[in-house]
Order: sequence, then structure tokens, then C-alpha cells
Amino acid sequence: MDLNFSAEELAFRDQVRSWLNATMPRDLRDKVANNERLSKAEIVRWHRMLADQGWIAPAWPVEWGGTGWNVVQRYIFEEECGYAGAPQLPRFGLSMCAPVLLKFGTEAQKRRYLPKIYNGEEIWCQGYSEPGAGSDLAALSTRAEKRGDAYVVNGQKIWTTIAHHADWMFCLVRTSAQTGKRQEGISFLLVDMKTPGIRVKPIILMDGGHDVNEVFFEDVRVPAENLVHEEGKGWTVAKYLLGHERMNSGRIAGSKRELQKLKKLASKEMRNGVPLMSDVRFRDRLTRVEIELMALEITNLRFLDRMRRTGQPPGADVSMLKIKGTEITQLITELMMDAVGPLAQPTLPVDDIDGWDMFVASLAPVYCLTRKSSIYAGSNEIQRNIIAKMTLGL
Amino acid sequence: MNFDVDDDQQLLDDSIRRLLRKDYDFDARREILRSSAGGSDHVWKTFADMGLLALPIPETYGGFGAGAVKMMGMMECIGEALVVEPYLSTVGLGAQFVSRWGSDAQKQEVLPAIAQGRLKMAFAQIEDGSRYELGHVATTAAKSAAGWVINGEKRVVIDAPASNKLIVSARTSGDIRDAEGLSLFMVNTATPGIRLKRYTTLDGLRAADVTFDNVAVAADALLGTQGTGLVMMREVVDFATALLCAEAVGAIRSANEATLDYIKNRKQFGVAIGSFQVTQHRIVDMVMSYEQVKSMACLACVQADTAVDADERSRIISAAKIRVADACRQVSQDAVQLHGGMGLSDEMKISHTFRRLTMIARQFGDADHHLARFAA
Repeated sequence: MDLNFSAEELAFRDQVRSWLNATMPRDLRDKVANNERLSKAEIVRWHRMLADQGWIAPAWPVEWGGTGWNVVQRYIFEEECGYAGAPQLPRFGLSMCAPVLLKFGTEAQKRRYLPKIYNGEEIWCQGYSEPGAGSDLAALSTRAEKRGDAYVVNGQKIWTTIAHHADWMFCLVRTSAQTGKRQEGISFLLVDMKTPGIRVKPIILMDGGHDVNEVFFEDVRVPAENLVHEEGKGWTVAKYLLGHERMNSGRIAGSKRELQKLKKLASKEMRNGVPLMSDVRFRDRLTRVEIELMALEITNLRFLDRMRRTGQPPGADVSMLKIKGTEITQLITELMMDAVGPLAQPTLPVDDIDGWDMFVASLAPVYCLTRKSSIYAGSNEIQRNIIAKMTLGL
Repeated sequence: MNFDVDDDQQLLDDSIRRLLRKDYDFDARREILRSSAGGSDHVWKTFADMGLLALPIPETYGGFGAGAVKMMGMMECIGEALVVEPYLSTVGLGAQFVSRWGSDAQKQEVLPAIAQGRLKMAFAQIEDGSRYELGHVATTAAKSAAGWVINGEKRVVIDAPASNKLIVSARTSGDIRDAEGLSLFMVNTATPGIRLKRYTTLDGLRAADVTFDNVAVAADALLGTQGTGLVMMREVVDFATALLCAEAVGAIRSANEATLDYIKNRKQFGVAIGSFQVTQHRIVDMVMSYEQVKSMACLACVQADTAVDADERSRIISAAKIRVADACRQVSQDAVQLHGGMGLSDEMKISHTFRRLTMIARQFGDADHHLARFAA
């Protein structure tokens, strides 16, 4: 047994690491470190830097701009980005819409959309969840009715991340009345967000920030050529996408970086005249998280190694990585808030305050917002159901 | 043994609940949060008219002489409605310091005014590096010809922006963490040399960092005996912690009710999500925690009123706060999880209850702090 990366893999890691260190703009790095929200322009700026380097879409086929890296290299790359505190780029275009188009899209669709996803010219969002269709996605009821050479869409999506920045949305709609199985009659459509009849309404979450939206469709005309795959086969497309989830859903590197920040913070904060890191109760809580993360990193590598050797796409493994990864992330944000004690309470200045500590003031809101990670992208309850069903045969 | 509240008490609790359901529902509260003062004069006046501000004020000063037990109903209602008015700061802390150790002149000046709703107070105690330790004080008060001169900076003084008077802990002798040498001063918030940097807290309260720059106060600003500040603070903060436990009872009950309602009505896969066992077991655990917390709040309030031994009182109130902190964490996190995305929305009361429970768990000391005090 050898738990180490090979010499080639290490060399690759160093190459990525030194590029990130040399290239990542200081201002973006600081904003990420302070838990500040990035503007659309800032996200696009980082996107273009990666695109210029040729590293924006590692998993795509080489002819469309992919890097040709194997799964381990891709893992190393994503982990290095997380560890360096690089801005997290929206995945909807790069790792969701693009794989779908590559698998099911027509040549014309690929040529129309992929280059603009690649160069960051068009931002995408995902129209899946609806008020009545969350964990039970197949219950969706947004309708698309074929009239001539267009679909006319009516209905509502919810929790649509960055819909307010997006140029395009890929969405699931019902193209025929529910007859037999609920999964039938669903289609996968590409919708230009500038189409008349679309209204985007912000949802403010409990950190006070705006990431997600409600999106309303009222007689929205979508050209029939924007259908992906066959009409009524949208569920097949959605399922393919689920199986395409990344192997880094454990977000190990990001958590490692946050853990390092936490240790630094706990060494600086004092309790009874000694650093909080020397306080046994706090240190033990931190250590337990650190050990869980240590274990998850090796688990992740074991799953990755199995995938590389068997060539099988990840199955319920991804569910476990998601559950454990989000639990660890949530615990770290909680410890981070606890580390500063009563100073975590102030979150929003009323007066113009000199020396207002943005980082400390962000800790409690970040803890609150991070509750979402055990809810989104398949709640942790749904992930446990998947493991029970797929792995344990229950 | 008798855990029932008497009829008068029940009548009062019911009328508080009616008032808050009318004047402090979710929308009214949001308006209050958005207002420039971040509090409601109307509600404060109504509290005064109903005698709620006079509850623990001694009868000789226009109050009802109630202890923590008789205030539990009010605190539960505050927790349920997520009231952001400076009730705990004024009545649970400020008035307590004065009624217990104030001179007759100080009592005359302050207590009837509090009872009538004319005076709000805040407790300026936390400092950089103090965490939850009451004895960690670097702020100094030096004797001068005319009285005292206070210098230092207090952090996160909850309700300072609305306050007329501050109770300030300051060192009259000794080193930063000495148990001896602490004294308390009652000062007008508007005294020259006091500067407030105001902000809102995670749970929608108004607070400030308060700087004291050569603040000159008269000799009679000293509260109680010089050098005995720590003992006074322990007693009053224990009392306020017991009240906070009662507030948690109300907030937890409200979170559980909202969650139960949600899982009964939210349908997925053709059925209410409350029909799933994983959901049922989780809310059953939340309800069991509620009962445990209610019991610990009773215990803490009885101790606050009747304890003979200060160490024993502190130990039991710490025990209550530990159980409350654990329940605040469990209930807030599970309530949001069971609400799904809705639980994070600012438009939903549960996200506000989540934030308040998160802060209650830490106010006057987090579980780690009280575990250490309990074991000591």
C-alpha cells in the first residue's frame, strides 16, 4: 500500500501550485480570505485567467479545450485551487451544462454554447428546483407547450443560484401531461434569460446576502432548437448529470485551508490569559474535526483510486463524500464563530466604523449560510437514502 | 411540589402573549428591525403600562418585587416573539444591580424611572480578550478630586445605543484578571468622553463598542462597595442567565411548533415529509430537548431566587446554561434542516429564530465556558 502521489503527480501538483501562487490576483485572494462576496466581474476575471492558461475546463474533451488530465490530476487541480483559496467558479456552465451538451447536444448546440462557456462570455444557471419539487425533483410542474417552432414556458423555479447574473438557464420542464411514470414527459431546455416573460426575484438568505432567486416564467417563447436530447427524455439527461458529479464533493482542500485559518485564529484568541488553542475543550473539538477530515481525505483518495482502476463512474461514493464533506465544513464554520467568543455577535455596522473587522464580522453569517450545504444539491437525508438503496440494497 | 403557575400569573402571561402576537408578529418585528432606532417606543410604553418593566422592581420603588420565577412567562414570550427591545439589559441586569446594591438615592433615581418606561440601561462589561470572563477587566477607574475618571474600551455592549445609563465594570485596583479590585459604576451614556460605535448583531439587536476617554463622573457613580464588583456581577449575571434560559424555552418552543407545522404540510413524493421516520425521530428529539430545557430553566430561576450558597447557585445555573446551549444548537440546526431551503430564507421566521438561538447559546458564556465553571 502506498498512500502517496507518484513523482509525476507531485510534479504536476507543484506546477499547479506555483502557477496559482504567481497568478492569483491579490485582491481576489483577500476577498475570498475575508469571506466577501465576489462580483460578477470578479468571477469572470478569474474565469478568463484560467481560460487563458487552458485550465478552465479540465474534464472536457481535448478538442473542445479540455486538458487531457486523468482523474487524479483533475482531483489534484481542484484541490490545489481550493487550498490556494481561489475564487469558486459557478459550476452550472462548466461542469453541468457542458457535459450534457457534449453527451446529448447536437453539433450546432455544441458549437453555439461551448466556446462561450469556455471563455466566460456567457454565465449559466440551473432551473431545477420548484416550490413543489425540491428533494422530489420529478414532481416539477413548470410546463412547456409546443406551439409551432417554439416551446411556450409557464411556471416557476426557486433557489436558482446566480439567476441574477446568468445569461442562460438550463432547465427541466414538463412537455406532456403526467400520465404514467412521473419521470416521463420531462424535457431539458436551454433558455435565454433575456427572453420576454422571465422575471427574476431575489431571495435574501439569513446571512443577509443575495445568491439565490425565484424565477418566474410567463408565456416565455423558447425556440424548439433549444431542446436538448429528445422531447420527454429530460430525466435521462438529469440522471446523467447526477452520475457526473465531481469526485471532490468532499471539498477537502477548502476545509484544510479553513482549518488552518481556524488554528491561526485560535492561537491568537485568548482564554483566561492563554491561547484558546491550549484550552482542552476547544482544542479537542477542533482536533475531532481535523481527524474526520484526515480520514475523509484518504477515503476520497481510495474512491478515486478505485475509479481510476475500474473505470467505473462514481456511484454512492459521491453521496458519502458530500455528506461527510458538508458536515466537516459546517463544523469548521461553527468553531470559527466560537473561536472569537462574544465578538462574533456584531455583523453589520450602523456607524462608519474605523477598523471594522470584516473577517470577524463574517464568521457568524458564514456559519448561518453554511447550513445550506447539507440541504442543497440533494439534501444529506436524500444522500443517505441513495446510499441505503444503491450500496446497501435496502 | 408544584410546577403550576398561579391564576394571576397565568392571566399576565396570556395577556403578554396576546400583546406580542398583535404588536410583535413577524412583519411588525421586521419593521422594527429596519427602523433607525432598531426598537419600538410603542411596545416599550405598552410594557410599562402593563407593569412588565416594574416586575422585578421592589415594591417601595413602584414595582412588584418579582423574582426570576415570576418573570419566566415574560421571558418565554420574549423568546417566542424574538423581541429585540432592551428588556433583559434594563430589567434583568441594570435594575438588578441597582436594587441589590444601589444607595437609596440611586434607587430613587433609577428604579421608578425604569418601571415607568423612562429609563433604559445596558451592561458594559465585555472587553477585547475577555471572552466570557467577568473578572477580565482592563478598563480603569481612577479616584479624582471630584469623583472618578474612567478609561478603557468595552466591546459588544448589547442595547448600548438605546440606553440612558450604563453599568460599567472597571478596575479600581489590581491586574487585568485579578478577582479583587473590580468596581461597578453607573454612568449616563451621554457623559462627555463616552463614544459609541454602533452596529447590529446577528440576531437583530443593536449594540456598540463603547470607548471611555477620560470620562469624569461624580463620586456617587460608584455602585455598591468599591472592589466587590466581581461578586456583584456574578450574582446579577447568574440572575440574567436564568432569565435567558427562560427566553430560550420560548424560542425553542416556537422553533419546534414552526417545524412541526412545516413537516405536516410540506409534501414531497406525494406525502407529508412528516410521514418519514427520519423526520419524525428528529423532531421527537427536538421536543424532548424542549422539555429538558424547560426543566433546567425552572431549576435555574428557582436557584436565582432562593439559593443561599453563591457557588452552588452558580454551578446549577451553569448546568442550565450548558443544557440550554446544547439544545439551542440542536434545535436551531435541525429546525432549519427540516425546513430545507425555506429555513435559510430571511422571509421565514425560523431563520430569525435560528439566529437568536445561535446567540442565546453563547450569551453570558458558551457551553465550554459553563462546563469549565461547573467543573471548577
